[in-house]
Amino acid sequence: MSNPIEIHGLVKAFGSLRALDGLDLEVEPGEVHGFLGPNGAGKSTTVRVLLGLLRASAGSVRLLGGDPWTDAAELHRRLAYVPGDVTLWPNLTGGEVIDLLGRLRGGIDERRRADLVERFELDPSKKGRAYSKGNRQKVALVAALSSDVELLLLDEPTSGLDPLMEAVFQQCVEDFRAQGGTVLLSSHILAEVERLCDRVSIIRAGRCVESGTLTELRHLTRTTVRAETVRPVDGLARLEGVHDLVIDGLRVAFEVDTPALAPALATLQTAGLGTLTATPPTLEELFMRHYGDVAAAPEVEVRS
Amino acid sequence: MTGTWPLLRHFLRRDRWMLLAWSLGITLLYWSQAVSVKGLYATQAEFDRAAVAMQSNTAFVAMAGPARALNTIGGQVTWQATAFGAVTAGLMSMFLVVRHTRAEEESGRDEMLRASAVGRGATTLATVLVALVANLLTGALVVLSLLTVPLEAADSLALGVGLAAVGMVFAAVALLAAQLTSGPRAAYGITGAVIGAAYVLRAIGDVGSPTLTWMSPIGWYQGMHAFSGLRWWPLVPLALAAVAVAAVAAAMFGRRDHDAGILAARPGPTRARAALGTPLGLAWRLQRGALIGWTLGLFLTGLSYGSLGSDVGDLLGDSATTQDMFARGSDDVVKGFYATAILMLALMCSGYAISQAIRPRHDEDRGVVEVLLATGLSRSRWLLAQVVFTVVGSALVVLAAGVGLGLGYALSTGDGSVLPTYVVATLPYLAPVLVLSGLARLLYGIAPRLASLSWAGLVFAVVVMLFGQVLQIPEAVQDLSPFHHLALVPAEAFRWPPLLVLAAIAVALTSAGIVSFTRRDVEVR
Repeated sequence: MSNPIEIHGLVKAFGSLRALDGLDLEVEPGEVHGFLGPNGAGKSTTVRVLLGLLRASAGSVRLLGGDPWTDAAELHRRLAYVPGDVTLWPNLTGGEVIDLLGRLRGGIDERRRADLVERFELDPSKKGRAYSKGNRQKVALVAALSSDVELLLLDEPTSGLDPLMEAVFQQCVEDFRAQGGTVLLSSHILAEVERLCDRVSIIRAGRCVESGTLTELRHLTRTTVRAETVRPVDGLARLEGVHDLVIDGLRVAFEVDTPALAPALATLQTAGLGTLTATPPTLEELFMRHYGDVAAAPEVEVRS
Repeated sequence: MTGTWPLLRHFLRRDRWMLLAWSLGITLLYWSQAVSVKGLYATQAEFDRAAVAMQSNTAFVAMAGPARALNTIGGQVTWQATAFGAVTAGLMSMFLVVRHTRAEEESGRDEMLRASAVGRGATTLATVLVALVANLLTGALVVLSLLTVPLEAADSLALGVGLAAVGMVFAAVALLAAQLTSGPRAAYGITGAVIGAAYVLRAIGDVGSPTLTWMSPIGWYQGMHAFSGLRWWPLVPLALAAVAVAAVAAAMFGRRDHDAGILAARPGPTRARAALGTPLGLAWRLQRGALIGWTLGLFLTGLSYGSLGSDVGDLLGDSATTQDMFARGSDDVVKGFYATAILMLALMCSGYAISQAIRPRHDEDRGVVEVLLATGLSRSRWLLAQVVFTVVGSALVVLAAGVGLGLGYALSTGDGSVLPTYVVATLPYLAPVLVLSGLARLLYGIAPRLASLSWAGLVFAVVVMLFGQVLQIPEAVQDLSPFHHLALVPAEAFRWPPLLVLAAIAVALTSAGIVSFTRRDVEVR
């Protein structure tokens, strides 16, 4: 069976602006795939190409074994989508929108719908104009999660949700995966990604710069080490791969590339170890490493 | 009220084109009456005769206002333009006020503005000032245009000042409505109803019970008796009403929360009805209000044209200009007039057809289309459902206009046999209406930002109809208007070929529009 999402060399140009510039992305069946990148990196553009709302300028895109542009409607019956900024019709109630979207997708699971409305504590009798941002998000989440689908495309789905609802959302995604569903989750909430995602792709300026499991990605970066030794430690500064070394009497702190971890620890031991903490890089550090310079010099906002 | 001045400048900048279009349109309404009456009657005797005929026609009085000094140009302008002028100024004020108050609150922009260093009421005050600027500008342009005719200065001034005052009364009503409701549509609905009621009150009042006239701001305006014994005091109730209603609105504004209406929003259904599960059901749900409104509006307009009955012959006089304008080459002035009336009704129907044809653009603008098209609904089905709905809707609106016209004529002459004739004469105009809306669909299909250009098609058709002969526009150019080809029934005999060709063009344009839409990127923010 082919992968639910297969993207190779995807280019999407808006006039002279290349929002996507040779993007590769593979999402395997049954996984929750994190999709990370700074604002304007092209995440939403990618999702919209997958939905057949935008036409790829070049490259190949396969969604659930079909072409998202030509087979849009058939493919959409097998997936559900939640945008990061949900707009509703001002004069339709939340309940009506859930039913409408469910029916247009080809049916709705009544039991799950009732269950989700309760779990997300959504008032379905309010008109679209009266919902807050978080509640509009809930309407779209309930509509998406109460359909019987194979794939969820979630584009920053929890923006505006409170932490309790965020937890409900995470539980729903885990249930969905347990039943064999596949998820593409674009998100800025790194704790959410760390908890939910099996694999992660990081994109920047329309290209995929890193892809793999969190363990694999961590391998590419540094571990933070803090220790107290019995005697002053010597020789760390000379080691290849040790960075930001701070020695304060018997206390020592540094960052170390994964290959240099073993020799660094050996050096510490020669000084007699008192205490030791070694923290693997957080996703946040991975994130900052890959687009730290973007934060310093923000790119022109891409209309996506 | 810190910040009122920069907000006012910001609002005026946002509105400058819209504002100019409205005031020029209203000015044209007054000025064109003066100019057209000027050349209509060859002799004063003919003018007097027409005036007598007009005065005795109750339908005319109900439509326009009290009949005074109708044998003068000034009297004619006052009579023909003030009621519609007041309604139009009211609509302009309504759109301006609601746009900057309730609509901004709903969109969330108002929150951002008010979070900056502006006073609590600065947006509201700036809105009132924008309405004031708009109404004063309109009034001033009307005065200037009438002075060029030339008409007496004092009476011209009264028409302009009174118009501005009526506009401000309705602006205050809109401001009040914006406090009451929690959504802009409801605010438009309330204000529109008040404007409509003001018009109807004075209509009934002018025909029989003067007390009712004095309950309507439009009645006060017409009560100034411009060009027929001018009096200024009706400006007092107008000003008082505007100030009082605005004061109530301001008091409500001071008591209510941001984004909340004084009237609490009612909870709606928690489940969708079975009908709201298909694209057609969705189109009905979202567009039924417009359809019902336009159908009713065109029916009533048709009714009012029809109720002129066979009197039109006396009203129009025998001058050559009249013959040119209305008879359209026919010997029979009545038939010629009704052929022209049907054409005018059809042009109005195009307003519905175009506005609904480009409606999908709003869904695309707001981004709701994104969630919708991510379901099993294909683009072509989504758009096709709306096309089907608006084509059927256009047919209904055209039919309503024809039935109204026929019914009005039948009621006023007591001759019911013409009813089917007028209905049948109106129906073929569905074809040119659909050509214009097909053009709108094609433009929308290519790119949503082009969609508004389709209004130019309607403007062109109106210009050809009204001024084609006067301005001697070349026949080849006039032929570009889809409304220029049908036989002018009942003045001429019906012909099939132009109807079939127009229908084919409408189908081709619409299909091309749907195909273009399915090939382009959906524009999402």
